[in-house]
Amino acid sequence: MRPFQYARPDSLDHATQLTAPEDTMAIAGGTNLIDLMKLQVETPQELIDINRLTMGEIADTDDGGLRIGALATNTATAAHDRVRSDYPLLARAILAGATQQLRNKATTGGNLCQRTRCYYFTNIDQPCNKRDPGSGCGAIKGIARLHAILGTSNHCIATYPGDMAVAMAALDAQVLITREGEKERTVPVRDFHRLPGDTPEKDNVLEAGEIITGVTLPAPVEGKQIYRKVRERSSYAFALVSVAAVVAMTDGRISRANLAFGGIAHKPWHDPRLSELLVGETPSAAVFDKAADLLLEDAQGYGENDFKIPLTRRALAATLADATGVEL
Amino acid sequence: MKQDQPATDCKLDQMSQDLLGKPIARSEGLAKVTGTAPYAAEYPVDNCLEGVLVTAPFARGTVTDIDTQACLAMDGVVAVVEDERMTARAAQGTAGEAPVQQPRTVCYWGQPIALVVAETFEQARDAAKHLVISFDADDLDDVAFDPNAVDPENKESTSQGDLTRAMNEASSNVDARLTTSGHASAAMEPHAAIAEWDGSKLTVYASLQMLNYNIAELADAVDLEEDDVRLISRYVGGGFGSKLGISEETVAAAIAAMQLERPVRVVMSRQQVFQCIMRRSETTQRLRLASGDDGALTGFGHYALVSNLPGEEFAEPVLQSSQFLYAGENRLLEMDVARVHRMTAGSVRAPGEAVGMPALEVAMDMLAEEAGVDPVELRLRNIPENHPVEGTPFSSHKLAECLKQGAEAFNWDSGKRKPRHTKDGEWWIGTGMASAARVHNVSEAKARVTLKADGTAMVETDMTDIGTGTYTILGQVAGEMLGLPRDKVLVELGDTQFPRGSGSGGSWGAASVGSAVFVACQALRKKLAERAGVSEDELSLKDGAISGGTSLVDLLDGKDLAEEGHYEPGDIDEDFVAAGFGAYFAQVRVNRFTGETRVERMTGAFGFGRVLNEKTARSQCIGGMTWSIGVALTEALHFDPVDGHLVNCDLAEYHVPVHRDVPDLDVIMVEERDPAASPIQAKGIGELGMCGGAAAIANAIYNACGARVMDFPMTPDRVLAAMPYD
Repeated sequence: MRPFQYARPDSLDHATQLTAPEDTMAIAGGTNLIDLMKLQVETPQELIDINRLTMGEIADTDDGGLRIGALATNTATAAHDRVRSDYPLLARAILAGATQQLRNKATTGGNLCQRTRCYYFTNIDQPCNKRDPGSGCGAIKGIARLHAILGTSNHCIATYPGDMAVAMAALDAQVLITREGEKERTVPVRDFHRLPGDTPEKDNVLEAGEIITGVTLPAPVEGKQIYRKVRERSSYAFALVSVAAVVAMTDGRISRANLAFGGIAHKPWHDPRLSELLVGETPSAAVFDKAADLLLEDAQGYGENDFKIPLTRRALAATLADATGVEL
Repeated sequence: MKQDQPATDCKLDQMSQDLLGKPIARSEGLAKVTGTAPYAAEYPVDNCLEGVLVTAPFARGTVTDIDTQACLAMDGVVAVVEDERMTARAAQGTAGEAPVQQPRTVCYWGQPIALVVAETFEQARDAAKHLVISFDADDLDDVAFDPNAVDPENKESTSQGDLTRAMNEASSNVDARLTTSGHASAAMEPHAAIAEWDGSKLTVYASLQMLNYNIAELADAVDLEEDDVRLISRYVGGGFGSKLGISEETVAAAIAAMQLERPVRVVMSRQQVFQCIMRRSETTQRLRLASGDDGALTGFGHYALVSNLPGEEFAEPVLQSSQFLYAGENRLLEMDVARVHRMTAGSVRAPGEAVGMPALEVAMDMLAEEAGVDPVELRLRNIPENHPVEGTPFSSHKLAECLKQGAEAFNWDSGKRKPRHTKDGEWWIGTGMASAARVHNVSEAKARVTLKADGTAMVETDMTDIGTGTYTILGQVAGEMLGLPRDKVLVELGDTQFPRGSGSGGSWGAASVGSAVFVACQALRKKLAERAGVSEDELSLKDGAISGGTSLVDLLDGKDLAEEGHYEPGDIDEDFVAAGFGAYFAQVRVNRFTGETRVERMTGAFGFGRVLNEKTARSQCIGGMTWSIGVALTEALHFDPVDGHLVNCDLAEYHVPVHRDVPDLDVIMVEERDPAASPIQAKGIGELGMCGGAAAIANAIYNACGARVMDFPMTPDRVLAAMPYD
């Protein structure tokens, strides 16, 4: 860990000023950042502790949705009455992530900003274009078991490890972002994280000096909400594949299919074509298969993670079967 | 005392205190859960410097230069210690001499090469990253990493009869290739040491399992006499083999303290623990089993390929229990070792059986199906009368009882042996079983027992308690023999100022040091009997007094009375084969869509001789069964194929089972006394709980969904690949 300066501003304005320089980083729960600093993967000159800001509230919005403050802990969010009743997908996804101890510290904004990462990213004696642009990717020819099958580039095949944001992508949540002297901007969770391309060092669209203030969920919609996380041990493990689904049926046909996937890409994966394909169909194994064909048409394995392609197909089918009541 | 004869009449059974075997909670438990039991790094030492190890970022080659200038200029940095006596690897268990030194010669990725010492830990950690290392790394094409891609050396071979012919002539046979992944001990407490040097004597607080060997290893490494070294290891936060021999941090701390003449603490990071400390070798195994119509084995073949660094003697003893567990006239047991540049392979809980038994027991399950014999029945039919090659009798053998009692408790259904019999929503449900076997080990041990004038007793030995309950059981042995309640016996462990114990390893601690305490107490009883004017056989002690008579305090008459007990294994192991046996039964759910497996219930029945403490013994069994779940489903070291580094080197990515993966585990301790195993008729237990349990889970996966997975761990991808499509 490199020595660093530390500041603890009392106001959001001050915080946005302090985080404007390139080599500063905001810290909230610190559950990912501190680990990475210890490993010397992250080496900020200055840490801006935003925990004194009052951004922990979870409140109804005027349009019947819910606004979750950036500093609301994962534990508080998952336990919130309205989250549990109207957005159970979000509660389940959060509870499927990390451990109780980590969820007690982790916050909404911090969870969104956790690094898309892999074994090679966290080992500074290994090449990694994300950590050290231009140094190469150790994973492509290495141990790629947890790695991406969609949206990869020759520079990076890491996966976004979170669960909360996958649920938020299916729920079409919006990230609220502020910076000094500017109006709050809103970015859909689906667009918040980036694909690696040739700049894998950038995980998301947050710019220097910007701070996440919260996330809004739209008014709840009809439909069954499911979060399925496939993993080899049942807690404290990243998803091999995860599926977040909001699926509604009307008169025996699918009337809504909002789907997002974790563990298969550099970001929570949302493919708008799936909803177009599924809505209006009578659910069946063949329809689920068609959806999987579409989802996975550009999927590419790297040897060790080839299994994720059939596993995603099966996880999707199981989730859709569960949501629509079809026996497979 | 040297044991050459079976101890058929054991004094312990004639005592009256009624303490031994009782489920007494660990005496140090409260201190541990309240954070007041100091672990190695936690001893309060004034003026202590902090050291951080610097490791090699390449797998094989030579460090040509270490440029310390930038590092030494940093705030707080006191020294860069690079000394050819520092160790490049950990010592193997019971080595008793310095491990491989000369750290500039690098043999595996992550090998420690120097120590940066600073006033604070943060300064040292940062400075360690500023040390400029120049090295000549060997061309990666010339360095072997894959055990299956090199020509191995033959390590052992036992042959009897003609296995090939037996296979050809068998009514049923199985020829199966299985693999197991490398494992880490993954103890909670990282390897750590604080060394103090007063100019002539070295005192080291460390996290070690076998001080009786470690003191010689450390003295040899730093060129001191054993008398000038003191090791203290009162509490150990798990070892599982990883702390059998001294490792890099202990030697580095000692050398730094001697060089700088200030105390130095060195704690390995979690990543360093994974990268430098011994691994369990991965294995590739071939099982060949031949039987007649009735399932009785006529041929038994077990081949294993394991790996280690060039020059390391240790080879995972995969075939250990295969030598004697089952009958079969025609036998071929062979093991090869491949030389690869991964960190040293050494002992991890139950070396050998932990991976050999799961493979064998999957093959037995396949044979049961092939021969149409119930798996429990198949095992019962193949229990040999004597050692199948040497003809030596078993000292005591409880496999049949374990199989029967376990099957009954589990409600084993032999009618449901055809896979895919039960479906519950998305889940296939099935059951499987396996035998357990583990060789029994004992080791020389000494302990001093002092009857204090106030009527309490004190047990002293440099034996360690690695979380297993040693403090408690030694107090129970002494209390039983001397007629004292448990709270009147103080047990002091983990300090080389005390008589040499056996160390904790190979499951031998309880039987060996327990016997030393027993021997010391017998000597004390003799003296007490003399004083009381009765024969020792007549001396009945209970609650601090001769039953219905004089109190111990009066008998002692104001003076302490001490005896040292010395136990040595004798020639009895030439006359008998002693081993722990058992049986596992597991019920699993396998997800039809994702191949995820969850263990629903598990029963283990074990016979390991006298139970010294029902609670701590049960905990050992539960721990072993939990490890079985890890071996079966989750645990695997992943090495990079390009440069050989260990990729998953923390507890987030090396997946030991979490609470949610472990159901209530049912443990049956089968009544047994083994007079040949030790004077107190006890055998090892710590390892037996994981010697085959993974196969019960593997066989249950097959029974549930029809996926016969041949590679451990059976992760969802592997289960799916083997699952019949539906």
